[in-house]
Amino acid sequence: MSSLQSLDIKRRSATTLPSPQARETLEVAKLIDVSKCIGCKACQVACSEWNDIREEVGHNVGVYDNPADLTPKAWTVMRYSEVEEKKGEEMNFEWLIRKDGCMHCAEPGCLKACPSPGAIVQYSNGIVDFIEENCIGCGYCVAGCPFNVPRISKQDSKAYKCTLCSDRVSVGLEPACVKTCPTGAITFGSKEDMIDHAAERVVDLKERGYANAGLYNPEGVGGTHVMYVLKHADKPEIYHGLPKDPKISATVGLWKGVLKPLVMLGMGLTALTGFFHYVKVGPNDAEAHPDEPGDGNEPKVIRSSGPAQMEGTASTKQEGQA
Amino acid sequence: MTNHWVDIKNADVILIIGGNAAEAHPCGFKWVTEAKAHRKARLMVVDPRFTRSAAMADLYAPIRVGSDIAFIGGMINYLISNNKLQMEYVKAYTNASFIIGEAYGIQDGIFSGYDAEKHKYDPASWAYELDKDGFAKVDPTLEHPRCVFQIMKQHFARYTPEMVSKICGTPLDTYKKVCELAASTSSPKRNMTIMYALGWTHHSQGSEMIRAGAILQLLLGNIGVAGGGMNALRGHSNIQGLTDLGLLSTSLPGYLQLPKESDVKFDDYMTRLTPKPLRPNSTNYWGNYPKFHVSLMKAWYGKNATNENNWAFDYLPKYDASYDIIKTFDLMFDGKVNGYICQGFNPLSSFPDTNKIRAALAKLKFLVIIDPLTTETSNFWQNHGEFNDIATADVKTEVFRFPTTCFAEEEGSLTNSSRWLQWHYKGAEPPGEAKGDPEIIGELFVRLRALYAKEGGAFPDPIRDLTWTYKVPNSPSPEELAQEYNGRALDDIVDPKKKDTILAKKGELLSTFAHLRDDGTTSAGCWIYTGAWTEKGNMMARRDNSDPWAIGQTLNWAFAWPVNRRVLYNRASADPSGKPWDPKRKLVFWNGEKNTGSDVPDYRPDAAPDDGVGPFILTAEGVARLFAPTGMAEGPLPEHYEPFESPLTVNHINPGKPLAFNNPAARMFKKDREKLGKPDQFPYAATSYGMTEHFHGWTKHLKGNAAIQPEQFVEVGDELAKEKGISNGDRVKVSSKRGHIEAVAVVTKRLRALDCGGTRVHQIGLPNHWGFMGLARKGFSVNTLSPSVGDANTQTPEYKAFTVNIEKA
Repeated sequence: MSSLQSLDIKRRSATTLPSPQARETLEVAKLIDVSKCIGCKACQVACSEWNDIREEVGHNVGVYDNPADLTPKAWTVMRYSEVEEKKGEEMNFEWLIRKDGCMHCAEPGCLKACPSPGAIVQYSNGIVDFIEENCIGCGYCVAGCPFNVPRISKQDSKAYKCTLCSDRVSVGLEPACVKTCPTGAITFGSKEDMIDHAAERVVDLKERGYANAGLYNPEGVGGTHVMYVLKHADKPEIYHGLPKDPKISATVGLWKGVLKPLVMLGMGLTALTGFFHYVKVGPNDAEAHPDEPGDGNEPKVIRSSGPAQMEGTASTKQEGQA
Repeated sequence: MTNHWVDIKNADVILIIGGNAAEAHPCGFKWVTEAKAHRKARLMVVDPRFTRSAAMADLYAPIRVGSDIAFIGGMINYLISNNKLQMEYVKAYTNASFIIGEAYGIQDGIFSGYDAEKHKYDPASWAYELDKDGFAKVDPTLEHPRCVFQIMKQHFARYTPEMVSKICGTPLDTYKKVCELAASTSSPKRNMTIMYALGWTHHSQGSEMIRAGAILQLLLGNIGVAGGGMNALRGHSNIQGLTDLGLLSTSLPGYLQLPKESDVKFDDYMTRLTPKPLRPNSTNYWGNYPKFHVSLMKAWYGKNATNENNWAFDYLPKYDASYDIIKTFDLMFDGKVNGYICQGFNPLSSFPDTNKIRAALAKLKFLVIIDPLTTETSNFWQNHGEFNDIATADVKTEVFRFPTTCFAEEEGSLTNSSRWLQWHYKGAEPPGEAKGDPEIIGELFVRLRALYAKEGGAFPDPIRDLTWTYKVPNSPSPEELAQEYNGRALDDIVDPKKKDTILAKKGELLSTFAHLRDDGTTSAGCWIYTGAWTEKGNMMARRDNSDPWAIGQTLNWAFAWPVNRRVLYNRASADPSGKPWDPKRKLVFWNGEKNTGSDVPDYRPDAAPDDGVGPFILTAEGVARLFAPTGMAEGPLPEHYEPFESPLTVNHINPGKPLAFNNPAARMFKKDREKLGKPDQFPYAATSYGMTEHFHGWTKHLKGNAAIQPEQFVEVGDELAKEKGISNGDRVKVSSKRGHIEAVAVVTKRLRALDCGGTRVHQIGLPNHWGFMGLARKGFSVNTLSPSVGDANTQTPEYKAFTVNIEKA
């Protein structure tokens, strides 16, 4: 969001300089208890107000989700999934509502993929932030994100996403969405406390018959600093395609490994010759992350504005487009 | 609410029916999540749609729109036939044992006393049998065949689970689970709260739906207790305040009544409205009616209201008929209303049969709009194509607009659903020429009074003599208005029991309505608000949320009417001997000397348990009414009637009885009746509602809200959509006999088709927020589709149940 933060930076994209380590910082996390979330979108509005971003008045595309997808001016959106599952003899129906946005991975794929020095940082408290003034708009972060979160603005060709209100957190405030949530579905604190709170919630949900209730804090990205309490933690994909085992894509791994020196050299040359803007033409599509192979017993996601419908919107439906 | 928002956290079971709290009251809903997280409360949601509240529920039951009385009636039957009553409570605190006169009866769905020509009941035959002293006869064994308990048992026995399923379309096994969970709260240690809202009031039999809920709660012993109650969730931040101040055509402030044409003499008027106790020792608090009325007239007319002129009785208008909005717009449509002052109201968008409303407005000579926003009504004369198709050149109405302030641009009190008057301060100056409502009305009054002084005219007295002592006459301040409704001692008020004790000195602000007098020595502009601003200061501005009993009873936070009481009927939280039913959730109990506890007792403080006072001090009986001998337009017990437009051709509880198909006591004007659709043309049940992203038509003027729900849509069940070839996102046309709208289709599993006695009923959801003004995409008024018929008691329109057709546009 901005480089003017009083938070120590732990990692910085495309940089090898060591990080400051003198200060001890508490690792933070936001916990979204899906079982308490009424889908009121107050968090969406609070986000747009705090961050001074206003998405255009769009269209209804046949679902409650609005704006219909994350955009450079909508850093969090509610996802609504209608799920029907056979429970004994009856069909059990659920309307699952999930607040979508950046997960602030401990091992951020976006940061690893980013070729521009200091365009993506991870603070020592765990927040992953985009520093737009350093962003070159290449879209590699989009490819690197296993959650399909960053969006490139057509207006300034820079990548945007949730900052976890790093500006608020750095002065001891909770993120705007947490502050506004009317039902206490979103809580914020040390990661340790959030894990403890989630454990309490899971006990309550299990007592209500959700045997597979649990915490979503996926290992594949080293855990996240935005976590969910899910009634069906065994099937996160029914929550509008929340990946079951998110991992940084192999392409990013390759780029960070063998090819990195070559690409860096190439990028440096490009910069020198002043053709920076070429790399930003057409941000890369997010790679598809097919769900784990099913066991044939998954609930039927009847309809949501899910990946099937929204695929490609990251690149094809940028802001300003109707 | 009988209880209050915070108290919902004390519930064991929460039943949301006739409302959608998660969607419409997201901030209040936090207390539901509290109860679930910390009391292991179970949430049941009964709704035609699988709503955002349903998404939070442990148990969801679908119901056909407008069939709620059958649903609750069946639950009452379940409780009685399975002996799941809190019997000690029922016997001591309700009129179960009262004996009804022999003339009472019900046949073919029609109660005794019906006049079919006038569509009206004479309630005389519903009265109690009285003894020689004028008290109601009772049978504490509940065995007398005409006692309320037996009558009620027989009445609701017809509502078997199978009958309920046939009428409501609710699957039997789901219905049984709802009954069982509710019945679990018949234990004194378990309580259920009912949360309802416009989903109950917006029906031609809405008042009886609420009464059915109240009966259910009384049988379970859930009224007057922490975590219980009948909790009406009000739709605007201050709509409770509007009701309290009596802004209805037949009301006066504080639930007092405007005189009728037949109230020729003041004494007759007072006698009619002052009840006599129906049981020895009952408090019969409305027996104080003259004190409240005379104090109101002293607030309004001061020295000009005297004993000699019957406290200015002749200054009050006497009504011949209810001039509610349906009636007013009907008269306007007929050209019988020339001018209309429209303050904080958008009838073109909010009132049924938009085409009729538009035509009626065009017949006015002048229309005055007092509103912070440009509304559809203020711009009714503008042609907006299909959204507002009007020939502007033909409109002769002159429109005057007075921009007023939004809530954050003014100081004052708002009364919330919990009956709390919370004072708030101005956060910003109003823009442009906007003025506060008191300033606009004040200026109007001062100028009118000057005109009367100058020119005389017919009967200038009520205007000329009105008390208007505000420091700035054309701009009364919120403080002055608040002190006026609180009331003052106009002379020293002496304690009637101890003549040497002065309760309030002349000129002092009163601390309680117990000090009001009917001899002209007190004033109170709204007696139930007395105590809001006392000699100690502005009680509404208090912000101490200390909770000494740890059950959310924060008595030093703001002011709750009446007399800062947080839970109404709270003496019923203790058993007849005065011990709390549940020692962990104490409200009021007898400590051996007085009634005390975590709340202001709704009871005489020194009334000992064996005094036989009864915890429902507002009724003449002292107990709650399972059977209402007076007060209801369509009968003493709730009976299921079909909505005025129903997808069914038969009322299953009274088949083949056309008189009992719809509410027999509802009023419907001829031209509106002619515009009722039949199922052959309009086969689908429809219901209209608000969504969490918007507040009525207001927030579509804000970009943030417009962006999160930008465009009008209708919700269609997937089964019907398939049948009609409608895909998600298609444009569809929805029509009733009164007009049509077009919108995007949201095809969903959340609106399931129901089987109602062999008829497959599809229901269509019509979110009601869009119009032709504001920043959201232009849309149609959903009320183009809804019919002009109201609840028989309140005339609140039937927005929640009518019939439509749907096709691809």
